[in-house]
Amino acid sequence: MPDALLSVRGLTAGYGAAPVLQEVDLEVAPGSIAAVVGANGAGKTTLLRALCGVVGATAGEVRMDGTDLRGVRTQDMVRHGIAHVPEGRGVITELTVEENLRLGHSWRRDKADGRKATAEVFELFEPLARRRKSAGHQLSGGERQMLAVGRALVARPRLLLLDEPSLGLAPKVTAQIMALLRRLRDDTGLTVLLVEQNVRSALSIADTGVVLSLGRVVAATDAATLAADEDLRHTYLGF
Amino acid sequence: MAYLRTHTLPRHLLLAVLAALLLLLLTYLLPPYRNYQLATAGAYVCATAGLTVLVGLTGQLSLGHGALMATGAYAYALVSDKLVDGGTTGIPLLVVSLVAAILATMVVGFVLGLAGARLHGPYLAGLTLTLVIVVPAITTTFAGTLGGDQGLSVTVDPPPVGLGAAFPFERWQAWITLTAAILTVFVLANVVHGRPGRQMRAIRDDEVAARLSGIDVARTKVGAFVLSAATAGLGGGLLAVLTQSVAPGAFSLTFSLFLLMAVVIGGLGSLAGAVWGAILIVVLPDLADSLAEAMPVSSNLAERLDGNLAIGVFGLIVIGVMLAVPGGIQGLLVALVRRLRGRRPAASGPADVGPAGPAAPGPGVDADRPDASGPSGPEPAADPARPRTPSSGSPSTTTE
Amino acid sequence: MDRFLFLTVDGLARGAVFAAFALALVLIWRGTRIVNFAQGAMAAATTYLGYSVTAASDSYWLGLVAAVFGGLVLGAIVERGLMRFVDVRSPLNAVIVALGLVLVIHSILGIVYGSRYRAMQVPFSRESIEIGGTALLSPYDLFVFGTVLLVMVGLALVFTRTDIGLRMRAAAFAPDMSRLLGVNVGRMLTLSWALAAAVGALAAMLVVPTEFGAHPHSTDLVFVYAFTAAVVGGLDSPAGAVVGGLVVGLVLSYVSGYADGDLSAVAILVLLIGVLLLRPNGLFASTTARQV
Ligand SMILES: Nc1ncnc2c1ncn2[C@@H]1O[C@H](COP(=O)(O)OP(=O)(O)OP(=O)(O)O)[C@@H](O)[C@H]1O
Ligand SMILES: [Mg+2]
Repeated sequence: MPDALLSVRGLTAGYGAAPVLQEVDLEVAPGSIAAVVGANGAGKTTLLRALCGVVGATAGEVRMDGTDLRGVRTQDMVRHGIAHVPEGRGVITELTVEENLRLGHSWRRDKADGRKATAEVFELFEPLARRRKSAGHQLSGGERQMLAVGRALVARPRLLLLDEPSLGLAPKVTAQIMALLRRLRDDTGLTVLLVEQNVRSALSIADTGVVLSLGRVVAATDAATLAADEDLRHTYLGF
Repeated sequence: MAYLRTHTLPRHLLLAVLAALLLLLLTYLLPPYRNYQLATAGAYVCATAGLTVLVGLTGQLSLGHGALMATGAYAYALVSDKLVDGGTTGIPLLVVSLVAAILATMVVGFVLGLAGARLHGPYLAGLTLTLVIVVPAITTTFAGTLGGDQGLSVTVDPPPVGLGAAFPFERWQAWITLTAAILTVFVLANVVHGRPGRQMRAIRDDEVAARLSGIDVARTKVGAFVLSAATAGLGGGLLAVLTQSVAPGAFSLTFSLFLLMAVVIGGLGSLAGAVWGAILIVVLPDLADSLAEAMPVSSNLAERLDGNLAIGVFGLIVIGVMLAVPGGIQGLLVALVRRLRGRRPAASGPADVGPAGPAAPGPGVDADRPDASGPSGPEPAADPARPRTPSSGSPSTTTE
Repeated sequence: MDRFLFLTVDGLARGAVFAAFALALVLIWRGTRIVNFAQGAMAAATTYLGYSVTAASDSYWLGLVAAVFGGLVLGAIVERGLMRFVDVRSPLNAVIVALGLVLVIHSILGIVYGSRYRAMQVPFSRESIEIGGTALLSPYDLFVFGTVLLVMVGLALVFTRTDIGLRMRAAAFAPDMSRLLGVNVGRMLTLSWALAAAVGALAAMLVVPTEFGAHPHSTDLVFVYAFTAAVVGGLDSPAGAVVGGLVVGLVLSYVSGYADGDLSAVAILVLLIGVLLLRPNGLFASTTARQV
């Protein structure tokens, strides 16, 4: 896949002396959804953080649409088309819904399109539209998740990094979010790197899947194959 | 030697006696003016030693030790005045007045300590700063008793006749303050190496954990403040003895800041560092002034450099220490000694200061961490993270 | 009654200045969890700058502009050159470094200007105008009110209406998340410090001329009053800082009017202790205030 949107080679990264991620290779084709699964502590969150430069990489390279992302600061990742919805959502609770969304596109020059994108998000997430003026801390968990995803979308990213969007959500809401991701992929060509504990639903919408274990990639293939591979599931995913 | 290594009380006693002998000798070698400076340093040591224990061990930042010293000084002046009227003279006059100074300051320290036990860093700092700034207003408000801007004068009796008629007054003053300083450091050293010291460090490192391990946090904090106030009051009383007067001008904001800066530069939490700091407060202005005199500048500028240069140098040094050498002078010395000893595991060292850990304030007295196995628990964070770059930067920790 | 009215108005006029100064403290506290103990000294420095420019140009207004602009630059320099390098894991460190800076600034000012008070001019009369037979506000008081009001409204607009204000708030609340959203957090911090120092400089320019004039220590008391105001209002709340400033101004005015001028500083100490012991998070702390 030479024309991958995101390509990661030999990425080694971590928090202190001992690296968490070891020589991770990964490719995500444009317009596809890639699911990253693995046990707790496998390094999934660390992988997303390393992609955004929140966690420093000690080796390897990350390319976005051919551009080397080494040395790009976290705050400039959005400008390279990467939006990150972190684990725990990262809604800024002191700001209102509108302000959170405004912040999502405030780096963009095209203010008009920023407003248009915001309107689209409000259309997409009905409940948010009703709570425009509410502060983040007044939202329910599901609403926060919508806000976090919406805030990423108003940046009009090419690559969306999602860290456990289903965390703490009712299965129905999870299903809605998964359906939304698939729709966005189909309609707008959005590329998604999805980290999930909820392996079944993640693999059900994903095109490809990557299994992380102890910071290493132990399997990478298309999602359907992964979902069918009993051995792999038993060994690394525990069901 | 092994006995002294494991038994702190005899070790501290021995050190105190040695220091006393050395200083006694020194007072005979120095000319009167230097003896007076030595005496001043002795008075400062009382205050800085108490302050370094408070800030370095419990993490309570007091900018108000100048005000506490003022309390001691005024109490000394008022009580000794009454005593002189009642006919008390000589050593009893001195001792009773000093005790009064200590007690009065402990009361103020208790009130501040109550506040400090409930407040965190900047709040307590602001409160104590306010206290310092308000000192002149208090002395003018109660001008009838405290003498307003002029202050009070203090009667200090000449040295006992037994010392001979020609005994220099400055040497006598040095004896007074150095005795007090040695006593103060001796007492504090035993506190610091004992149970209370362990509890203070536990609170500084993690208040919640300390509480969970059964330490009465509020009582320990208030106790530390009262102890620190007592020594500051003693220092203030001694200053009254030295200058034979008390006035608000002597306890300015700058002076209060000097005290704090001195213990930071000396090495927060280290009693030896407090001694270095006290010496610095005496010596640095002297040096700066000689430097200013040596500079080929107009007399006008020289006049403005006088005093101000020392303040600036103090400020620069403290900033440098905070950014580069959190262990202060004592931390550097200990590191140096270790290196000279050829990196043998420094299990022995009587030095009472640890390596300059990154988690300033106050790795200080932890060197021979008697508390390592104590009930107090948490080790201070060991990884020197870069400033303001939370290495554990989870983007979600500050949100949601 | 007349006297009460007069003291109230006078207190509010004084309080407005402390409110502005307290607001500057709150700005930095919210962004960095640092109480800028050097803010008084920094404002003393910019006041001297204003004094010098006015002396050289014979224009009050040039001096005022120079002081505010100087505050902007000084704030940025202090953040970029100093505070950024402080290890903030212990809250004491920033306080100690700021105090070191206080000494340095006092020293430089003392060396450059000496310790003589330099009388400063005011642009409007300080004679109270009589309204209905009662001496109330002076034109200068009105000027102070107007200026402080302008600054507050301006800041409020910047923070709520503009993108840069939104980014500054976001950077203060959630630096890591803000970075992921493309906010240059470091630059926002510098900007916050610059803005705060400029507001502090302006406040000092309004109050110092009404007292003894420029002096290295001319702002020591102002800082203490403003700190008290910020604590009264809750360090996290800009609106609280404004109310706190007015409260402090009123207390000062009533105490010196009905009792004794020397007592007013003591009254502030009592107020501060009272608030700290009874409502450590300030009188107006909301329940949602972030505990750090
Ligand atoms: N801030 C941090 N500092 C140090 N180590 C960390 C930090 N965050 C995570 N780790 C360690 O890195 C490893 C991988 O953590 P990571 O958060 O990437 O796991 P994960 O796959 O996202 O797990 P989960 O499914 O539980 O979210 C774990 O062993 C964890 O202890
Ligand atoms: Mg995770």
